[in-house]
Amino acid sequence: MIGITAYGAYIPRLRLQRDAIGQANAWFDASLASLARGERSMCNWDEDALTMAVEAARDAVDAAARADVDALFLASTTHPFLDRQNSVIVSEALNLPQSARTLDTGGSQRAATGALQCAIDAVRGGCDSTLAVGSEHRRTRTGSRLEMLSGDAAAAVVIGSDRVLAEFVDAHSVACDFVDHFRMDGVAFDYDWEERWVRDEGFMKLVPPAVVGLLEKAGVTIDEIDHFILPSLQARVPAAVAKHLGLAPETVVDDLADRCGQTGVAHPLLLLAHTLERAAPGERILVTGFGQGCDALLFRATEAVTSVRPKLGVSGWLERRVPESNYARFQAFNDLVEREYGKRAEADMPTPMSALFRNRKMVNSFLVGRCTKCGTVQFPKAVYCVNPECGAADTQADHPMADETGKVKTWTADRLTFDMSPPAYFGMVEFDAGGRAMMDFTDVEPESFDVGTPVAIRFRIKQFDKHRGFRRYFWKASPT
Amino acid sequence: MATGIKDKVVILGMGCSKFGERWDAEPAQLMAEAFEECLADAGISKNEIEAAWFASAIDSVNVGPSALPLSMALRLPNIPVTRVENMCASGTEALRGAAYAVASGAVDIALALGCEKLKDTGYGGLPQRTRGVTNDMHYPNLSAPGSFAQLAAGYRAAHGVNKTDLKRAMAHVSVKSHANGAKNPKAHLRREISEDQAINAPMIAEPIGLYDCCGVSDGAACAIVTRPEIARSLGRENPVAIKALQVSVSNGTEVGHNSWDGSHLLTTRIAAQRAYEEAGVKNPREEISLTEVHDCFSITELVTMEDLGIAPEGRAVHEVLDGSFDADGKVPCQIDGGLKCFGHPIGASGLRMMYELYLQIQHRAGDRQLGDPVLGLSHNLGGFPSQNVASVAIVGLL
Repeated sequence: MIGITAYGAYIPRLRLQRDAIGQANAWFDASLASLARGERSMCNWDEDALTMAVEAARDAVDAAARADVDALFLASTTHPFLDRQNSVIVSEALNLPQSARTLDTGGSQRAATGALQCAIDAVRGGCDSTLAVGSEHRRTRTGSRLEMLSGDAAAAVVIGSDRVLAEFVDAHSVACDFVDHFRMDGVAFDYDWEERWVRDEGFMKLVPPAVVGLLEKAGVTIDEIDHFILPSLQARVPAAVAKHLGLAPETVVDDLADRCGQTGVAHPLLLLAHTLERAAPGERILVTGFGQGCDALLFRATEAVTSVRPKLGVSGWLERRVPESNYARFQAFNDLVEREYGKRAEADMPTPMSALFRNRKMVNSFLVGRCTKCGTVQFPKAVYCVNPECGAADTQADHPMADETGKVKTWTADRLTFDMSPPAYFGMVEFDAGGRAMMDFTDVEPESFDVGTPVAIRFRIKQFDKHRGFRRYFWKASPT
Repeated sequence: MATGIKDKVVILGMGCSKFGERWDAEPAQLMAEAFEECLADAGISKNEIEAAWFASAIDSVNVGPSALPLSMALRLPNIPVTRVENMCASGTEALRGAAYAVASGAVDIALALGCEKLKDTGYGGLPQRTRGVTNDMHYPNLSAPGSFAQLAAGYRAAHGVNKTDLKRAMAHVSVKSHANGAKNPKAHLRREISEDQAINAPMIAEPIGLYDCCGVSDGAACAIVTRPEIARSLGRENPVAIKALQVSVSNGTEVGHNSWDGSHLLTTRIAAQRAYEEAGVKNPREEISLTEVHDCFSITELVTMEDLGIAPEGRAVHEVLDGSFDADGKVPCQIDGGLKCFGHPIGASGLRMMYELYLQIQHRAGDRQLGDPVLGLSHNLGGFPSQNVASVAIVGLL
């Protein structure tokens, strides 16, 4: 049996209150007020599709099981790199085996359902365990409907044949150049077409043949579907399509519109992960992805669905939230305004690729040193052991630190240094399993942050190099 | 068997420019200003200087690399000039180079000069700059106050001090230095402040506020050194002699090994112990008459009092608040205003501290002259609390 063996998600903790968008833009477009309900997830300044993908995969697969992953398919229309394989960076951040296949998919809102099919096909083709991740951090025009409706998130699904929690039944796709929106190379924002046309000619006419085709292949009748996933920017579309297909209204999965927004490429997998958290053994889950056609995949939960759980899962991430009412901050984090960052922001800090490559185990994978003579864990890895009682040369083995927890030893909130979101929090982290590091803190709660605060490690953007259009990543500590 | 530097080197003359926002002056003019005073004080001619050491720290906004800026500014007679950069300890490193040169007998008279031109950045504080290719990949993007603010967090945790008490003691440190600096015509900041002003100033890097930070200044300072017998031959019977000159540099233990608790400066403690041994000081609290320490931030000065063994460990907050280091206290600290108010042109600072000790010991410090100082101690600290360069020097009459 091939199917889902694990799943996870990541939703940034910041939740922009839609009221804030509505109020800031009402002067221009009063109709936005009708959408100003609930909240949408928003990336911190140091998050993007890549960092969220890492978190979602970590939510799904613990460090030990990652050694078995032999393929990673990363779907997004907002990959930070157009030409540098993003999935390789994610793979190194997850410390997957170097032999793991990697592939970026994109170009459509159904890129993640496509990646999921790739992951399934790879297991059919002989892989043991494959990972499909959808992640999206969309830039949207200020005051647009898309800004209101979107959210940032990632979700990950692991496919395998051992301890399957939801069996893959079958899949069917329809390809059709239906352009509800598009984004050209080198253009920052989407251009979209009228909603009513998108609904009537798009969703209502392209989703049904994909679903009907799938049901025929699988020999399943429509009334046997328990959960129907159809991500859409239009609130009433899923129910309308369901009705048209003859699905019971209660099968339509909550689209989380008011809690995190429509998370683009990530959304089909995010809703699938959310559904799996609540699915009962035997239930059938139909997941679709819409964009220049439609992908439809059918899964059936097994007994294991109740026992295999993500670390936090969609529900956990939804709970881990900090309301954000500052629309100006959202604009700055998404590079929608020409902000004054001060002269300190002018400092040029290039990344030599040769040095990055030499240090990639530290930078991409957060591998530190562990002295094989005295056992001391140390960052960064060095020739000589840092333990004053040891000092042995060439004894250090790679030691993975990314999944360790620690505590704040020293810290400050620095308002002088350049930071994209002052103050800059940084300090010394002492790891519970040994070792320490001076590092940046992110997602800090100022009121409760102090010496002793427990932290976990996250893969984040370290710096934007605006001169060269590069961004570099590193690991930061954030309160757990 | 090494015998140390004690009494092998004496200071023949010293000079120090006015510190501050010297919009008017090029680095060469600052160097000349300090050098002219120094040369007159030494009573020698420029051609008698046989070697020189030049300290400057931050290239990106300063004089540029190598020893050329000094040699060209002073039109030195093609003698060997060495540029040293060891962050905030650079000035003391220049003095060490010159002192070792004359002590070895390789030359008879040597110059140490430090100069820094910091105010061409267009903003307050030190310049935002790269820390090196690999370091930039993982170092936090920290400012100097952010770096030393870590010490406050570590100190509070280690000694169970609450935020309010520590902040008040930090304020006292700065109030004292402002009072001292007000009396110093060469100081950058010459205005007294109150404890309330210091406590309520804008926050820079929690818990370091504006008045917990030293001045960022332009300036130069220098010393001409020789051996005692040459000083005597020039008519100096009782010159100021170097009693100890020690530098200790982190090797990664603090930042990488859990044996360091973040509450103190390991290198300052090591440098101080070595300096006391070199100078033959048994009880620093009783024997050291005054200190010029690296008060880049008030918290640094407070912790340094313990690291130097002048305040008992864990007692610095009380000692500071009791006034032990005020101008009329047991061991006056920063009688010239310190980095806080005299200012901190990085490469010059170690020599500026020495300048004040030199004046005080010879009873030449004017309005701020202390009673009868015997031994003066200077201390520099460059880098971060978790990895740094520390220097401790002790001087007194021969």
